[in-house]
Amino acid sequence: MLLIRCPWCGDRPEVEFRHAGEAHIARPADPAMLTDAEWAGFLYERANPRGDYRERWRHIHGCGRFFNAQRHTLTDRFAGTYRPGEEPPA
Amino acid sequence: MDRRFSVFALAREALRGHAGWAPQWRSPERPQPAYDAVILGGGGHGLATAYYLAKEHRASLGPGRIAVLEKGWIGGGNTGRNTTIIRSNYLFPESAALYDHAVKLWEGLSAELNYNVMFSPRGVLMLAHSHHDVQSGMRHVHANRLAGVDNEWLTPAQCKAFCPPLDTSPAIRYPVLGGALQRRGGVARHDAVAWGYARAASALGVDVIENCEVIGITRDPASGAVTGVETSKGAVRCGRLGVVAAGSTSLVMAMAGLRMPLESFPLQALVSEPVKPVFPCVVMSNTVHAYISQSDKGELVIGAGTDQYPSYSQAGGVQILIHTLEAICEMFPIFRRMRMLRSWGGIVDVTPDRSPIIGLTPVPGLFVNCGWGTGGFKATPGSGHVFAATIARGEPHPIAVPFSLDRFATGRLIDEAAAAAVAH
Ligand SMILES: Cc1cc2nc3c(=O)[nH]c(=O)nc-3n(C[C@H](O)[C@H](O)[C@H](O)COP(=O)(O)OP(=O)(O)OC[C@H]3O[C@@H](n4cnc5c(N)ncnc54)[C@H](O)[C@@H]3O)c2cc1C
Ligand SMILES: [Zn+2]
Repeated sequence: MLLIRCPWCGDRPEVEFRHAGEAHIARPADPAMLTDAEWAGFLYERANPRGDYRERWRHIHGCGRFFNAQRHTLTDRFAGTYRPGEEPPA
Repeated sequence: MDRRFSVFALAREALRGHAGWAPQWRSPERPQPAYDAVILGGGGHGLATAYYLAKEHRASLGPGRIAVLEKGWIGGGNTGRNTTIIRSNYLFPESAALYDHAVKLWEGLSAELNYNVMFSPRGVLMLAHSHHDVQSGMRHVHANRLAGVDNEWLTPAQCKAFCPPLDTSPAIRYPVLGGALQRRGGVARHDAVAWGYARAASALGVDVIENCEVIGITRDPASGAVTGVETSKGAVRCGRLGVVAAGSTSLVMAMAGLRMPLESFPLQALVSEPVKPVFPCVVMSNTVHAYISQSDKGELVIGAGTDQYPSYSQAGGVQILIHTLEAICEMFPIFRRMRMLRSWGGIVDVTPDRSPIIGLTPVPGLFVNCGWGTGGFKATPGSGHVFAATIARGEPHPIAVPFSLDRFATGRLIDEAAAAAVAH
């Protein structure tokens, strides 16, 4: 089980959290202008890297807030977590 | 090497102390400089693809030189890590056609390959524990019957008769309210599937090369078409490349500049100490999330769920296993004191609609077969069969048409996820 640092509540066990997908996927400003392929890219295509990965988590059984994290997907080790709007760890 | 297995061969070897068995397939150390078709990934799906390519489509592949390149050992991926449940009672006609194509091939596979894959159609019982489960289970039964796939509804008493260890008392937290039974479903020996296809493909001239990782895809600068692959054992030219890399598919396709609608998650399973035959069938429960059967060695084979985050660690959280074992202990109180021997994880490639992707890609000469997620073992023969035809003809096999990569742009998803929640 992962130990996850909520930027507001501190270290908590993974079971308090819900994973919320890849981070920093911005909704297109004008969806009507997108081709079907571009829309599919936004909705479904993911980097799915083996290595450093930025993801969203939600502290559902705690403060309820969303935040971002950077984790290595081979070791599952976190480089850090950060609040929305903040810069990811270097 | 091409000696066939038969009762006479077994008797002869028994008398000679089994000294006469030779390696079952050729294992070239290095790839040839060029092939007509390269299959990337030596799991069951990749090996089956190579076998059907060599058997049914060699004429359409020029000289018909075919190789399987596997970065580790064959069957060391999800093929050798899964709980081997085979069934075809999926909700949508597209899926039922695909998985039933596979079940029909399973039924004759040991004879076809001259290799005992131990296919055992002992029946797969999917339990219902709530009013919603009952409705959705019955809907599956009716949909399957319309699609010509066997599936029948059992009352709790009939479930108990079919699987005596099952606790059907109404007092438990998630009482059994019924179940959908596919009698043609069952299990098979996973390693034997990889080995049997490797042996049969090798006998048809396919080079099966282990410890050969593909690290790059080379393309024609003008047309963008695939011209070959870079591997840990040197460059290999090929006109057609079939990627069958399960959890690693996103990484391989990125070598050709493609982003895939996939995420890779750990999925775990575990086995108990071996005991005498006690469990006659396969039981699955999506609601409490557990599935179980007994291997011929006597171990209970138990499947757990995926972790919630993408990972390539091949190891999942212990809480996932505990959750599954709690469900097993409630459904089968007689197993409460059994000890678990081993647990392990595999990395499964999951699509947004939980249906596989089989077909062409935007890159000429590049074909992909992936997205089988938590439930592709059952499809191994059918998947290889339709993918081989797709590679050979350069257009999707009719059964594969709905499973094209471009369904995510057209919106024609095959939403088994909403239909079944878990699929194995
Ligand atoms: C714990 C668990 C339980 C499961 N239970 C069931 C079940 O009960 N029923 C069911 O139907 N399905 C089940 N599945 C799913 C099933 O195992 C898979 O869908 C299926 O085995 C996939 O087969 P494959 O041949 O595509 O993949 P794999 O067997 O994973 O083969 C892919 C191969 O590609 C190789 N590869 C990857 N990258 C490269 C590269 N760059 N170069 C060369 N080779 C590469 C890998 O080493 C691997 O051997 C389960 C999976 C797991 C993990
Ligand atoms: Zn919090």
